[in-house]
Amino acid sequence: MKKFTFRGGVHPYEGKELTAELPLKTLEPGRELAFLVSQHIGAPAVPSVKKGDHVLAGQLLAEAGGFVSARVFSSVSGTVKGIEKRRSAKGDLVDAVIVENDGLYEHVSYDPLPGMEKYIEAYDTPHGTGWEAIQNVSPRSAGEVLDLVRPDEVLSKLSGEQVLSRIREAGVVGMGGAGFPAHVKYAPSDPDKIDYILINGSECEPYVTCDYRLLCDRPGELIAGLKAILKLFGHVQGVFCIEDNKPRAIETLQEALRTEETIFVAPCRTKYPEGAERSLIKAITRRDVNSKMLPADAGCIVVNVSTAYAVFEAVYLGKPDFMRIMTVSGDAAASPGNFLVPTGMYYSDVIQGAGGFRQIPEKLISGGPMMGFAQGSIEGVVTKTSSALTAFTHDLVSRIQETPCINCGRCVDACPAHLVPSHLAEMARTNRLDEFTDNYGMECVNCGSCSWSCPAKRPLAALIFQGRQTVLDRKRNARK
Amino acid sequence: MNQRFQVSSSPHTRSTISTSAIMFMVALALMPSCVAGVLFFGEHALVVLVLSAASSVGTEYIYEKLLHKPVTVKDGSALVTGLLIGMNMPPAIDWWIPCVGSVFAIVVIKQLYGGIGQNFMNPALGARCFLLISFAGKMANFTTGTGMIGIVTQVPATTDALSGATPLAYLKTGQLFDLRSLFFGNTAGCIGETSALALLAGGLFLVAMKIIRLRIPGAYLGTFALLTLITALLRGYPSPAVYTLQQLCAGGLMLGAWFMATDYVTSPITAMGQIVYGVLLGILTWVFRMVGTGAEGVSYAILFCNLLVPIIERYTRPVAAGVAGQSREAKRLMREKEKEAKRLKAADRKEKPV
Repeated sequence: MKKFTFRGGVHPYEGKELTAELPLKTLEPGRELAFLVSQHIGAPAVPSVKKGDHVLAGQLLAEAGGFVSARVFSSVSGTVKGIEKRRSAKGDLVDAVIVENDGLYEHVSYDPLPGMEKYIEAYDTPHGTGWEAIQNVSPRSAGEVLDLVRPDEVLSKLSGEQVLSRIREAGVVGMGGAGFPAHVKYAPSDPDKIDYILINGSECEPYVTCDYRLLCDRPGELIAGLKAILKLFGHVQGVFCIEDNKPRAIETLQEALRTEETIFVAPCRTKYPEGAERSLIKAITRRDVNSKMLPADAGCIVVNVSTAYAVFEAVYLGKPDFMRIMTVSGDAAASPGNFLVPTGMYYSDVIQGAGGFRQIPEKLISGGPMMGFAQGSIEGVVTKTSSALTAFTHDLVSRIQETPCINCGRCVDACPAHLVPSHLAEMARTNRLDEFTDNYGMECVNCGSCSWSCPAKRPLAALIFQGRQTVLDRKRNARK
Repeated sequence: MNQRFQVSSSPHTRSTISTSAIMFMVALALMPSCVAGVLFFGEHALVVLVLSAASSVGTEYIYEKLLHKPVTVKDGSALVTGLLIGMNMPPAIDWWIPCVGSVFAIVVIKQLYGGIGQNFMNPALGARCFLLISFAGKMANFTTGTGMIGIVTQVPATTDALSGATPLAYLKTGQLFDLRSLFFGNTAGCIGETSALALLAGGLFLVAMKIIRLRIPGAYLGTFALLTLITALLRGYPSPAVYTLQQLCAGGLMLGAWFMATDYVTSPITAMGQIVYGVLLGILTWVFRMVGTGAEGVSYAILFCNLLVPIIERYTRPVAAGVAGQSREAKRLMREKEKEAKRLKAADRKEKPV
């Protein structure tokens, strides 16, 4: 079997065996939920409800604040308590619509496409009958789902613009981490130049298994979702890119896609950061993308697995993007697992629902240990881009002693962007920013492979990130 | 729920490799050669090795204590330096000479330039050359003690007998020596340099453990072998292939190529740079050995190339992934876009009232 890969990268401990094969469960939110108005890249959404309003699950809370922006929806029914500041995963305080959960989970009536009745009957349990019934989390086979949905027939009655507007109305954003609004990403300036839609099922981040669960449990929906995206372009190929440490997912999709002509499965060699957009494009298509380009400039659009699922729900069922799968893992989590959680749920409620801590962790990370954000406290809330919460009893980083660089070159070998991280870090540290940009410092993707591989335990990625931020700030100030 | 957790920037996990693990692995890889040296040259070789290693570690400890710096002897780099100095001593050397060398290596070459990672020159080699200049007679005396096993194969007496105590000097005349002795190491030479087999085992161990890459030793030995073969052919030496193999095994080449040239601090960090560095080393060693008259080909080649490392690194810097692969057309468009942006910016500035 041909396996796709790229130059550079590292092999950190994966830790996926903790949760990979655990079935999906649902987590009931607490009495209060907070919906950040900025769960995406671009302008923050503008709240369209006011204190005292009664809202239903799936009801609009905040309208998109511009073209590059996305709508925010409520995930529960209840009363709006106001607009307050809440802490985001990155640590800053952001406006959030606070909703008091009435525990009834009544939802607005969605607008499914004609022809979806059978699917809804089979899988969508009626809402408003308590939390347990809100979503059916048992695995679904691709064959059955595709028989019920019949994506080709359903989509043939729809125009590209209609698909795009359904995605926009549902507030779908890239759920892999960056949160780029999907309706902007799927409408590049020249759609004819797009050759590949890459479904990013690499999930190279250690400990995170939420995308793996979707690939195994919802393959039919993912294929249907991808077909909706393919509908937007002329001659494109859809590719499921999956690392070879997930053989079951590869087999499941290969089996489901046997008769498809334009959708393929591309097994990738397991290596961090396979799932980074530029690494993935390079591995699959051998095309190059740099910091001044969008993937669309190289004829590619990269779609996270969770996003493809959200697209399915948005286009076929008319359901807004307000639920997601989240992995709770790490050695401090009492019972690690994969959970279907509503956005707006507090991290504290997520941890409690998942069985709490086995031991008070030293470190709590929103995301995985390679690129996740360390949380100072447990104040955060689930957003569309929260893929995992990982908790560790032992924090290595606060204990390690930094020693001088010995020029060993491990960071150079590890860098997927082919940089010389140790030199760049030194330039950033000593504020030699012109030299920093001349040596391609701005091409760093912040994957952290350099810091991970450094035997002197130097914080290379952090220094380079600082350098990049300073350069960007200066540019921004110069423009003003 | 007011629990506070540790905050740091990503990544929150690290590989298990550390500087000290690397250094102890290198020390381990040097062991076969040290054992071979002791077996061939007797207990005095062991005394020299232990003294040079101990004085090296001791000097670093005392220096750092005196200057109230954090003590770094635990990272093992002083141990490796000391071992290498000992291995670079003739077997019959006075016991205090390697100690002087260790002090010079640690104080002058390493610590005065800022300690580990900052020296621009391989400390062990620097010390060796310092000793060669200071104690020329003692450093060139290759009379061997009685080893524990076997007999050291002596170099046949030639007209060049005085300085020609080592096989390398003998090879210089174009004659062949005994390849088997050169490979196993029962010949005259420095304590740790004679056994090509033991050095090769150590070097390949480091490659297998991913401590070093094949780039530097491969390029170095390959270039040197190729040039030597051509020279032997041109000069009409008997059996040029065997002659080349003997040149590879003789002298300090194996020790230099696997353990001195691969020193992280004093070799280029870029992949291309490492190959360039290796090729340069091969050429220089060939020049010193086949063209020049001096005996210290490997030492001076490596020291000289150490000085070139910053320049090599500068001209072999890799082009970033997304930038390198762009087609000429895409690059041109990007440049134009940048120019246009600059022009607009300049125009903006002019329009603004000062």
